[in-house]
Amino acid sequence: MKSLGSIRRSFAPWADPASKPFISVKNVTKRFGDFTAVDDLSLDIYTREFFALLGASGCGKSTLLRMLAGFEQPTSGEIILDGQSLAGIPPYRRPVNMMFQSYALFPHMTVENNIAFGLKQDGMPKADIAARVAQMLKLVKLEKFSQRKPHQLSGGQRQRVALARSLAKRPKVLLLDEPLGALDKKLREETQFELMDLQQELGLTFVVVTHDQEEAMTMADRIAVMSHGKVVQVATPAEIYEAPNSRFVADFIGDVNIFEGAVSGAEGGYVRLEGTNGFPIRMASPETPATGGKSAVAVRPEKIRVSRQPPAHAPVNAVQGEIWDIGYLGDMTVFHVRLKDGRVIKASSLNAVRAVEDPLGYDQEVWVSFGEDAGVVLKD
Amino acid sequence: MGNWSRFNIASIVLGFGFLYLPIVLLVIFSFNESKLVTVWAGFSTKWYTQLWHNQALLDAAWVTIRVALISATCATVLGTLAALALVRYTRFRGRMLFSGMVYAPLVMPEVITGLSLLLLFVAIGLDRGFWTITLAHITFTMCFVAVVVQSRLLSFDQSIEEAALDLGATPVRTFFAITLPVIAPAVFSGWVLAFTLSLDDLVISSFTTGPGATTLPMKIYSQVRLGVTPEINAICTILIGVVAIGVVVASIVTKQREAQRERDERAAFAQS
Repeated sequence: MKSLGSIRRSFAPWADPASKPFISVKNVTKRFGDFTAVDDLSLDIYTREFFALLGASGCGKSTLLRMLAGFEQPTSGEIILDGQSLAGIPPYRRPVNMMFQSYALFPHMTVENNIAFGLKQDGMPKADIAARVAQMLKLVKLEKFSQRKPHQLSGGQRQRVALARSLAKRPKVLLLDEPLGALDKKLREETQFELMDLQQELGLTFVVVTHDQEEAMTMADRIAVMSHGKVVQVATPAEIYEAPNSRFVADFIGDVNIFEGAVSGAEGGYVRLEGTNGFPIRMASPETPATGGKSAVAVRPEKIRVSRQPPAHAPVNAVQGEIWDIGYLGDMTVFHVRLKDGRVIKASSLNAVRAVEDPLGYDQEVWVSFGEDAGVVLKD
Repeated sequence: MGNWSRFNIASIVLGFGFLYLPIVLLVIFSFNESKLVTVWAGFSTKWYTQLWHNQALLDAAWVTIRVALISATCATVLGTLAALALVRYTRFRGRMLFSGMVYAPLVMPEVITGLSLLLLFVAIGLDRGFWTITLAHITFTMCFVAVVVQSRLLSFDQSIEEAALDLGATPVRTFFAITLPVIAPAVFSGWVLAFTLSLDDLVISSFTTGPGATTLPMKIYSQVRLGVTPEINAICTILIGVVAIGVVVASIVTKQREAQRERDERAAFAQS
């Protein structure tokens, strides 16, 4: 049995019908005047899961997060946390904490007092507060900065203070609103892995909102792709990438080539498409769409081969074109191959060796081809 | 920098002359030996010593300060609350009307404010005196505080309040632990503004005063009608001195704090 992507760890409570969700969002709708931000949305999140809400700005992901935190009340539907309805519970009585996109550090307080703020609200004894704050500072490696004010810290340090502050109360759920959005690329990549390690170490449930697909793919156990207030697909990063359930998801996550056509036949788990592309397609598909109907196949650039000689299976899943553009990215090279009808196919290949003899160059006549399980037959 | 053309120099000299010549004259003549205001007869500080023996003037000064302290404090509380309500509740019906109504006293002729307050006090049978002046001053300085605090709140990052709520602070605690400390500089400048406005108000005080409650501006005005004395010049010079020192100190402190903050931020980013 082939499986999609790499297996990180055997953690899949969503696949187990016996496990109970920790957070249940049930038919939640949120309207602001005429605008529907979240539209009849249902979602289950499990204990110790790293869950990402991914979507373009305005898709409703932040509104959903704010409803979990208690800053917004659903217009209809309900949210259940650990068996309890959160309806009418104000933010200061919810066992969830949030890390804000702007970090929202208290500017007039030192790092130490920022972290201690939530503990003081709970009336924790002074000695315990001091111990917990020290532990948090150690966790985010900011021991030396405890007496600084937020404006005396760099962006990365502020981010870590915000994280320490939101973790100090040991919430059941940590909500993170674009947690790495304000960091530069290098720091962001480091921090992604730090967050994952931290979540593992503390055994918490994380719900993160992001518009950065790479961030979501790296960190999350499961991703909910959102659009116009609805969830389009909830699945593991590998499933979202390799088996998108719609053209929207295929297009939103990563680069993709979409080949349209009419279904001309289906047999033994394979679908044949005759299409507008000038070449027939044969693609593995668990479901068989009706013959004669319109369909499309999505193939990722890295699964497309570029070669001077036609592949053995030509003309099926293969077409001739001309190299139009070459983008050299270091780790890989991206080719834009222009077909006779003017369409451009994106293909990428890994630069596994440092030097190649006779590399492909501009304007060369080439074949682009892909295997029978390289792509996904899209339903819509 | 632009050219120091003759035209620019002339503009600056004229502008500052227009603003400060009367004040400079007043200060100079407060040190005049002669009793005649317009004739210079040598340097003397005798009018300043004489001030301390003018009980009526000192009483008036004391009344003024008390009125200003009480009214500025009350106006700051009310004005801050009004500003919070107007900035936070952006979606209630008639908000434009309300914020317009808060600003209205800024442009309302003082005579009208004074007269309407007088009519109100007469109508409800309130004995005019110290407290009616104080109430009147609260009324007209409150909107200035509201304007100052409102402009600060517009640039206030509301997510820090949400963060406090999220960490378990009730809305009331959030206000006192987070919101108020952060907007405190604006609240304080609102208070200073209300205090100075109350200090030099003449028109509204005249309308709403009663027996035994004479403020310093009223006292000065009534004395001037009998002729300007160097004593008046002396007390005005003291007032100018106090206000000038306050303004200079406040601006130096703000400047230094800003410079410190900038240095800190640069240092933080240089390290990372």
